[in-house]
Amino acid sequence: MLLESIREELRAIVGEKNCLDKQEALVAYSYDATPMQQALPDVVVLPKSTAEVQQVMRVAARHHIPIVTRGAGSNLCGGTIPVGGGIVLVLGRMNQILEIDEQNLTITVQPGVRTVDIHQAVEALGLFYPPDPGSMVISTIGGNIALNSGGLRGLKYGTTKDYVLGLEAVLPNGEVIRTGGKLMKDVAGYDLTKLLVGSEGTLAIITEAILKLIPKPQTQRVMLAMFADMAQAARSVSDIIANRIIPGTLEFLDQGTIRVVEDFKQIGLPTDVAAILLIGQDGEPQTVDRDMEQIAAICQKNDAVQIKVATTAEEADEVMTARRSALAALSRMRPTTILEDATVPRAAIAPMVAAIQEITDRYGLQICTFGHAGDGNLHPTCMTDARNTEEIERVEHAFEEIFTAAIDLGGTITGEHGVGIVKAPYLEWKVGAAGMEVMKGIKHAFDPHNLLNPDKMFAKQSRNRVVVQRA
Amino acid sequence: MLKEALVNKLDYDELSNCMRCGFCQPACPTFRETGYEAASPRGRIALMKAVADGVMEPDKDFVDQMNLCLGCRACEPVCPAGVPYGQLIEQTREAIEEVQEHPWWVKAVRKLAFFHLFPHQKRMYQLGGLLRFYQRSGVQKAIRKLGVLSILPKQMREMEAIMPEASGKGIVDFFGGTIIPAVGERKYRVGMFHGCIMDVLFNETNRNTVQLLSEAGCEVIIAPDQVCCGALHAHSGEREQARNLARKNVAAFHKADVDIIVSNAGGCGAMLQEYDHLLAEDAEWQEKAQWFASRVKDISEVLALRVEPKAWQSLPQRITYQSSCHLRNGMKVTKEPVNLLQAIPGATYVQLREGDRCCGSAGIYNLVQPEMAGSLLDEKMGHVAATQADILVTSNPGCLLQMKAGIHRAGLEGKMEAVHIVDLLARVSSKQ
Repeated sequence: MLLESIREELRAIVGEKNCLDKQEALVAYSYDATPMQQALPDVVVLPKSTAEVQQVMRVAARHHIPIVTRGAGSNLCGGTIPVGGGIVLVLGRMNQILEIDEQNLTITVQPGVRTVDIHQAVEALGLFYPPDPGSMVISTIGGNIALNSGGLRGLKYGTTKDYVLGLEAVLPNGEVIRTGGKLMKDVAGYDLTKLLVGSEGTLAIITEAILKLIPKPQTQRVMLAMFADMAQAARSVSDIIANRIIPGTLEFLDQGTIRVVEDFKQIGLPTDVAAILLIGQDGEPQTVDRDMEQIAAICQKNDAVQIKVATTAEEADEVMTARRSALAALSRMRPTTILEDATVPRAAIAPMVAAIQEITDRYGLQICTFGHAGDGNLHPTCMTDARNTEEIERVEHAFEEIFTAAIDLGGTITGEHGVGIVKAPYLEWKVGAAGMEVMKGIKHAFDPHNLLNPDKMFAKQSRNRVVVQRA
Repeated sequence: MLKEALVNKLDYDELSNCMRCGFCQPACPTFRETGYEAASPRGRIALMKAVADGVMEPDKDFVDQMNLCLGCRACEPVCPAGVPYGQLIEQTREAIEEVQEHPWWVKAVRKLAFFHLFPHQKRMYQLGGLLRFYQRSGVQKAIRKLGVLSILPKQMREMEAIMPEASGKGIVDFFGGTIIPAVGERKYRVGMFHGCIMDVLFNETNRNTVQLLSEAGCEVIIAPDQVCCGALHAHSGEREQARNLARKNVAAFHKADVDIIVSNAGGCGAMLQEYDHLLAEDAEWQEKAQWFASRVKDISEVLALRVEPKAWQSLPQRITYQSSCHLRNGMKVTKEPVNLLQAIPGATYVQLREGDRCCGSAGIYNLVQPEMAGSLLDEKMGHVAATQADILVTSNPGCLLQMKAGIHRAGLEGKMEAVHIVDLLARVSSKQ
């Protein structure tokens, strides 16, 4: 419990209306989009400026109160759950686009701007901000930066980290740092910009960002290719890249996902195929047309049972919407949906999908897989029921095996969702004991009193790696 | 006490089906207005669940937050998990109503309106007659002149200013019977749902509805003994009374043996379409309720199938459309009204920015939550003004009144008129 005098200090900074400790507010900021995670904060604070963030940080530092910074609360790693209570710092009111610089091709934003609003603002000027995480209609850019969000365009355009040029951030001691700038080259010291991207609110509170923009591609086209066999789909992916084509999007849905998406959206996906590739290309019209032709030929060669090129913008939009609703559509099947993001080198997609299937069957679970085939980022998604403790235990074991399989194939435990609470026990599997030490050192250098998003990233105890016995 | 009532009423499975993805938030007017998590569908469901789980007590903030919801259900079509939010909020309000102690005068008004007025169509007509007397006898003029109305709150004054001329007679009186034959070959036998307020304040719209249906080859049965749909009751926590009304309507239309039941008010239509859910636990009525619900259509759906726009008169004006939330989110009717408007010869259809967002009318919301309703309406009128339309079309009486009030408030009177889609179509298809 926070002392009334501390609440008084916080109210003095942000005003009565923006310092909430009524039950309703505590419950409303006790969760994010992560299943089965909830914890009540002591107080919810909604600052309007960097100066207010600094003052709140100083109060927290003086009284050793944890701060969990939050945008839209759409993350899937439990990154904004106030596990140890304290302050939830909601940056939604800092939601101004400060500048779009058409000379330097940058946009400067406050952290509470929604990702989709950035897209709309820059695209109106013929510019492009590529990162497009699945939650972009609600997610804020601050959250995207904190979690280094990916999205459908990762293969060709990279992820959030590739577009953050500079940051303003409040340190745990209340000081403000500015990193990077409107600069394509800057080697002055350690790259703190890149370090803060993906730091999950554990090192500093990001209060402003300069993002890189690129010219908006002239045209976009999408197609679907359907396969009777997963291996054929995977081979098509490898062949496309081997042919020196980097598609704007290269997504895949397995049969289970296809069925659910079709049920949800009714866009005429065949429900009897083993895998669908959704392939998009953008750029100059001529190049796009040529690439699409070649891609179609490659899929044909790999025995695609059907290839459908979207002919109108509406058709293309429908196809993309269907992919974007995959997670959501899956969630209709059972009350609880657990979405993972094990990631492997793209050449290892077929064995990874096979491993997921085998593990799913062995544990008697319902796991459908979709994801970004182009960059090896898969979303094995488990439909379950949090109320069934026996089943949840099986789910946990199955996912542990899936993480192990990913690492064994040269992959990682999380490609784009982040570590947060849910992956913290497994982080050491990926980075090793020495890696953990370095990370803890970095955390200590920024935040010696462990005030910012404590209990995230570093688990009290790492899980023992499961020994996989395959028949 | 409220806690027990909530635990009893709330469908816990549906609460659990919310996966907290937050996709509902951009669609929610109160979230957009406040940016406050608790004022979003995801937030409200989390609050309901927290009460059901014993994490929080349903205190005054809880009740206020549930009342702040417009019930527009814009969150439903965008919900990937298909959570029936509208049902959850109604269950919550029913529980609140069950235990809430209103001040004596609120109790009296609620009892009068929900039990002694809306359910009794004859009394509605009598009230309509009184209102008509007020409007036509010069009393209204005198009262306006005296400035007596200034004691009313602003939103009531605005409503008084734009109140359409009431009717003391319903459409059955007008047509002199309950069966109106089809013009030409009979394609459908259609039951006309005339609504309670519709038949008094928008009697002309009802007459036009019958006329258009008849011209479109429908034999129209104005089922006798039909009553108020019960939507206002259900939204205000009086679900039991809504069920009583539902049974009467189901019986009335079942007896009339119609192919289609037509509504010209999105709010009523969505309620009628959900009678199967409302009566799901009533063994005796369940089957008939399904029969009823599966036959309900909006007037625009029937007309879109049957009319021949080529024969319409030219209307060289700019038209825009504000959809009714319950028509769109409840009945899922989106294309037909727009297709009909676009088919009007000579007219220019302009899409209203955020025409799929609630105007703030929301049943009696604009009377009980004037602040939020007012700010939604002002935002709405900004977009409306930008269309530079001559005619603002809607598809529900509440929305129509709110749009009229909005035009009055924004000083657009004389430049723009708000019209029910049926009345506009009647205008262009009239044979004179």
